[in-house]
Amino acid sequence: MNPRQLRLILLILLPLSLLAALGMGAVAIPFAEIWPALSGDEAFRRQAVILEQLRLPRTLLAALVGSILAISGATMQGLFRNPLADPSLIGVTAGASLGASLVIVLSSGLVLEGLAGLSLISLGAFLGGLLSVVFVYRLATSENGTSVATMLLAGVAITALAGGLGNLLEFIADNHSLRRISLWRMGGLEGANTIRVCLAAAAAITLLLALPRFSDALNALLLGESEARHLGINVDRVKRMLVCWTALAVGISVSLAGTIAFVGLVVPHVVRLMIGPDHRHLLPLSALTGAILLVLADTLARVVIAPTELPIGVVTALLGVPFFISLLRQRHQFGMPT
Amino acid sequence: MSLLQLHKVSSSPWGKPLLADINLQLTGGEIHGVVGPNGAGKSTLLRCISGELPSTGDIQFQEQSLGVWEQRHKAQQLALLLQQTQLNFPFKVKEVVAMGRIPHDSGFQRDQQIVDEAMHAVDVHEMATQRYTQLSGGEKQRVQLARILAQVWDQQQPLLLMDEPTSALDLDHQQLLRNVLLQKRDQGWAIVVVLHDFNLLASLCDQVSVLQEGAVVAQGAPDKVFTAALFQQVFNSDVHIMNHPVEGYPVMMPV
Repeated sequence: MNPRQLRLILLILLPLSLLAALGMGAVAIPFAEIWPALSGDEAFRRQAVILEQLRLPRTLLAALVGSILAISGATMQGLFRNPLADPSLIGVTAGASLGASLVIVLSSGLVLEGLAGLSLISLGAFLGGLLSVVFVYRLATSENGTSVATMLLAGVAITALAGGLGNLLEFIADNHSLRRISLWRMGGLEGANTIRVCLAAAAAITLLLALPRFSDALNALLLGESEARHLGINVDRVKRMLVCWTALAVGISVSLAGTIAFVGLVVPHVVRLMIGPDHRHLLPLSALTGAILLVLADTLARVVIAPTELPIGVVTALLGVPFFISLLRQRHQFGMPT
Repeated sequence: MSLLQLHKVSSSPWGKPLLADINLQLTGGEIHGVVGPNGAGKSTLLRCISGELPSTGDIQFQEQSLGVWEQRHKAQQLALLLQQTQLNFPFKVKEVVAMGRIPHDSGFQRDQQIVDEAMHAVDVHEMATQRYTQLSGGEKQRVQLARILAQVWDQQQPLLLMDEPTSALDLDHQQLLRNVLLQKRDQGWAIVVVLHDFNLLASLCDQVSVLQEGAVVAQGAPDKVFTAALFQQVFNSDVHIMNHPVEGYPVMMPV
């Protein structure tokens, strides 16, 4: 498949998946009623409330978070020259998780308002994620530049440390906090509101504008850092910028929607298996695919055992991984090392 | 005008001195060979010239101090082939070669044309749409050669640095590469090449430098430099040296 064909397919699938997400749920809304309801037709007041208050922000958040995670995953895999990398590798997810747990445990029993539609948990997660990335980056940077290998190890270390501290918090937490922590970990989009959607949109748009400018640099980096330097790439600047952008965006996404596994890892792989590793196509198409996948996953999460919802992280894992495994079984066709 | 000039270049990037007081001069239209035992500093020398490793002394490229060159601008004029390139992602061959055009803004059409010519030059055009990861070692080396050639293909007097470009090539493709390099030399390119094959080196190079423990122990035309005494001193080997019956350059064989 060539990139143009895939782009066409994805551009058709994205609006379809958005429509499906708006129409499906505990209360089914026929496609024909979606537009009249959103445009303020009095006859569809009930549908309009469901759409505007619940499904539209939630669906948009799913699409934005999916695109952030997928494009960040593609970037990290290129930067680390490792197809197993994902956005959580630089410690942002573990740090965010610890930050969220800390807020949940400390605030147990208190009712905290948070800031302008954002819960205190989100803020805690964002700060935790950012602090751990700063720590990982500083650890890997010396006067000789930033070592990607050290960054990988530092990421593993801080993830383990944050995990240990998180377990300690769970150990001392009461039952109520414990359940909130574990639910947060599984990820969820139910808290979607206008503010969150705007924040996610800002992060996603920033990434979509910033990262594709590094496509050539990421391609060259796959040859090796030395080779990239000799192709005129300022490798240290590229690393700094990429880590900065992805950490910020993933930090925002994790604090808004919790940790959603596998999107950042699997989506770039799926796209790469279909169109090859060229980042000029891989980055935008990963973003599109991630958006579609997460919108569909969230729709499934809402309808499978409606009116109860499954955690979305469970759905992405159960949906994405079998697909990924089936692609892996055909990897020879795509020139992957055996 | 000298294209590349090294004056008393020393380098000790990790504390231990790897190069000491190297002097070297190269004009456009000249191929300079570098030989020496393992660990003599050959690759270090190339990486100092390319600016990747820090060095003391003076390196002038196109009569400008190396440090003055802006990175991307330098990459348009100077390409380096490393001994090994670890590329584990399944790019197509033509995509790998096209990466050589990253420093340039010459436009898609022109880039495609150059990539095509460079692929023909080292005989990889027939595998243009194959996956790099599925090639043999020698084929991968030729693809990297094509990438390096494409990087400076349209320049007047570029500098090409090559670290053992023939290590994985069969005889046929060694000859092909030799002809390409000679042809490019005649167009005005300057080439510094590290080789372990003395006979190929002697047939290719206008000047050679022999490195031993980071210092130049002999420098000059191959027929002046390659003597039995030098091989005894530097490589601790007894060799017999005679002249090529047709071409006249020195040919070395172990006794």
